[in-house]
Amino acid sequence: MNDVSSRILASLLETRTGQQLTMSRRWRIETALKGLLRERGFTELDQLITAIVGGREPTLAAQVVEALLNNETYFFRDRTPFELLLGRPLDRLAEARAKERRISIWCAGCSTGQEVYSLAMSFTEQASRWVGWRIEILGTDVSRSAIDRAKQGLYSQFEVQRGLPVKQMIRWFDEREGQQWQVSDKLRRAVRFQTHNLTERPPQPARFDIILCRNVLLYFANPTRRAVFARLAEASRPDTMLMLGAGETVIGQTEEFISDVSNRGLYVRAASAQQPAPLRYQVG
Amino acid sequence: MKSCLVVDDSKVIRKVARHILETLDFSVDEAEDGREALDRCQVAMPDVILLDWNMPVMTGMEFLKHLRKTENGGQPKVVFCTTENDAAHIRAAIEAGADEYVMKPFDRETLQSKLQIVGVA
Repeated sequence: MNDVSSRILASLLETRTGQQLTMSRRWRIETALKGLLRERGFTELDQLITAIVGGREPTLAAQVVEALLNNETYFFRDRTPFELLLGRPLDRLAEARAKERRISIWCAGCSTGQEVYSLAMSFTEQASRWVGWRIEILGTDVSRSAIDRAKQGLYSQFEVQRGLPVKQMIRWFDEREGQQWQVSDKLRRAVRFQTHNLTERPPQPARFDIILCRNVLLYFANPTRRAVFARLAEASRPDTMLMLGAGETVIGQTEEFISDVSNRGLYVRAASAQQPAPLRYQVG
Repeated sequence: MKSCLVVDDSKVIRKVARHILETLDFSVDEAEDGREALDRCQVAMPDVILLDWNMPVMTGMEFLKHLRKTENGGQPKVVFCTTENDAAHIRAAIEAGADEYVMKPFDRETLQSKLQIVGVA
């Protein structure tokens, strides 16, 4: 693939999703698009690029973007942050919401939904603790195909065992044909999914108590990342907890959130930023 | 350094598992069947056992039942690692005292996540 083609694809991805196709991700372009090339009967990647640029097939660009997105995720990814979040920080939040008896959680950039269902399992397994509470768990992603899969809750044998304890797998999943496992109806009813671009206005209810935005921000260029942090701030309350991916941080990226010193790996609103955040950064 | 006993009649699987486990900083020992694994456990009880289901001489399930009855046999974490991938086999393994279950084929991340779940990685 020549450099012009690679730049066209990078520009397409960034325009549609805000995500960058950095040099380190470019090596996987051909692998990612192999299926689409075969499906469309192209023998060369440049033929695909020509078709996109020619604009003859309006759905083609969307399909290319879908194929280029990295949908890697798994249940209870990195484990420790989930154990942390569901311990004392959740106790503290439950105390703060004792009157409202409502907790809203947003998994921003949830891909195929494994972390959404991880949270749903954790809350449902403590059913007696949450009697009379409204626990809302929303998963969003820019990829329509990822959200469709998340709604279906159907995972391959390979996917279902990544990070998921076997006892929870047996409890919450039903065996399906073709070595697939499907999330139980009860758990699927406990969550909600929708497509959403992180650079746009937050989804409803737009005042979340817990926000997970894991392993997504690393794909954005600095200005876009700042804009996304501003959107996350817009969607949060003064005591909202934010969980990022293991290799991600707020340091040097935003003034909206700071590290929670007593809970390493979690982030809270900066004291100076605890007013409803106006959108300060506009994306292209 | 934690120790792991890999019990599988396939030399290839033992080799792959050893490679992954050594990169995860485990000391690895191997056994070809349940009987040999029991002998190894009598010499030194490992921290975790990666256990195949179908093996000659003594199956993984027979081994597990024997192990849990022996002195200190409740200590090692037992992770079944097998092609028996249906819910009935998985339930039977849990009832017999297995701590985790890996469905073959598996990769490094899957094995690592299972070892984290049982608290040895």
